[in-house]
Amino acid sequence: MTRAATIARRELTSYFYSPIAYVAMAVFLIACGFTFWDDFQPGEIAGMRNLFNWMVWLLVSIIPLLSMGLLAQEWSTGTIETLMTAPVAEMEVVIGKFLGSFGFFLVMLAPTLLYAGVLAVYANPRIDFGPIRSGYLGIVLVGALFISIGLFFSSLTRSQIVSAVATAAVLFAITIVPWWASGKMLSQTSVKIIDQTVFKRYTDFSRGIIDSGHVAFFVLATAVFLFLTTKVLESRRWK
Amino acid sequence: MIVVSELTKMYGQTLAVDHISFEVGKGQIVGFLGPNGAGKSTTLKILTCYLPPTSGGATVNGFDIFHQSQQVRQNVGYLPENVPLYAEMKVREYLDFRGRLRKMDRGARRKRIDYVLERCWLKPVEHKTISHLSKGYRQRVGLADALLHNPAVLILDEPTIGLDPTQIRETRKLIKDLGGHHTVVLSTHILPEVEATCDRAIVISAGRIVAQGSPDELRASRRLTARVLVECRGPRAEVQAALLRVSGVSKVEILDGNAPSGSDGKYVTAALRAKEGCDIREEAARTVIQHGWPLREIRLEHATLEEFFVQVTADQATARV
Repeated sequence: MTRAATIARRELTSYFYSPIAYVAMAVFLIACGFTFWDDFQPGEIAGMRNLFNWMVWLLVSIIPLLSMGLLAQEWSTGTIETLMTAPVAEMEVVIGKFLGSFGFFLVMLAPTLLYAGVLAVYANPRIDFGPIRSGYLGIVLVGALFISIGLFFSSLTRSQIVSAVATAAVLFAITIVPWWASGKMLSQTSVKIIDQTVFKRYTDFSRGIIDSGHVAFFVLATAVFLFLTTKVLESRRWK
Repeated sequence: MIVVSELTKMYGQTLAVDHISFEVGKGQIVGFLGPNGAGKSTTLKILTCYLPPTSGGATVNGFDIFHQSQQVRQNVGYLPENVPLYAEMKVREYLDFRGRLRKMDRGARRKRIDYVLERCWLKPVEHKTISHLSKGYRQRVGLADALLHNPAVLILDEPTIGLDPTQIRETRKLIKDLGGHHTVVLSTHILPEVEATCDRAIVISAGRIVAQGSPDELRASRRLTARVLVECRGPRAEVQAALLRVSGVSKVEILDGNAPSGSDGKYVTAALRAKEGCDIREEAARTVIQHGWPLREIRLEHATLEEFFVQVTADQATARV
């Protein structure tokens, strides 16, 4: 697995040479800042629930920007050929790419911990850290799933644009569409479907609920997309 | 070192490589020669385990390309066509990344990186970003990467394409030096490149091997189509008739295309084809002088690669009938 770590390190470093990554990070942090500022007023509840919900929305548009080049760029520049002719397994490449991108996501998320610190200092009465911890767990799980979906679409095309748009469309469908639909009058079956989506599951985390079912869902779904990506990479062997 | 047997590759319905078999001995430098789209790159991609063959097989250093792909890849250094590199990385950083991927430990890595930087004349740019490098330097970075783990086999796809003449000469010299320590397979569509660097050439056209042999053997077969150009001042028809009487000459053509105008208008250029194994230059020159025609130039023109291919593929076609 040290090869996966090598690839992850290279991937993470390459983000810091990419203007897109800086733009994505800036947009994410500025938007988070405004949301927090809006909530951080006298008389408001000292918590980050609203911020966490916003973060997921932001990630729907930001993760595709971070994930679009992961493999699409390897295809289009041909570096995949040098990569795969080194003694590296497809799975190591996929895990390395995923971890590199996930690492950048954590770097992007880290400054928001400051808000928790600010709340700890100014909240009266004392702040309840439970929902903040579970909220971060939720956002980290959502981020991992979104990146694995983005990585999968990035493996299917040489075009970063196609990869980003397809990823954004899927993330939109599993996050924002259910939110919009949940405000409507719906049949029993539709409600059940919505309960299974990312939207319903992450709202529980931001409320302070850690449901092992939800955790398992995110971990498994992430693993499924990583597995599918590995298969796509292997597919050149039987094409 | 490399044994290829009945290797075939289909891309969908298109046959790219058609039952190719050949062997390359240890320390040999073998040139894969052929026009674009002949199946050179495809064959090399199969040997490096990037693509699987449709049928047939190959072993590299005793390892099967299909079942022992990891071992094959450990033993092969590969320079792909167009040299794909991570543009945002620095030269040394890139080589370090490649060394880590190959699980070379820190000490060995540093030593080998220093060695390949030196060997490929990259020392002055080791801390430069790859995207800022010229094509020639990028080519050398690719070569340095292929050499990094001191592989038994080097597979180089068009190693001199896009380089300037000095760099081409340096790269060819480097490849020639590498032979002996490494088994080298390189592809090219330039015939002199094979002559300058290779012990043996395999000529491939439309996915099949149409000729193979040492550069000397190839050169001998090329002399068949070589022609002698004679430029002198004299009447066209007489020049043609006189040169045709020279012993060993099989055919004389008068070229009009490059006849200069003005005061030199009377100069004619005749293209002579010789019978096999005959050097007709001395005799042709004597004939011209004897007739009192001022001789301006006489030279042996080697066949172009196109002519060479036309001939070998034509032979191939008649052989099949």
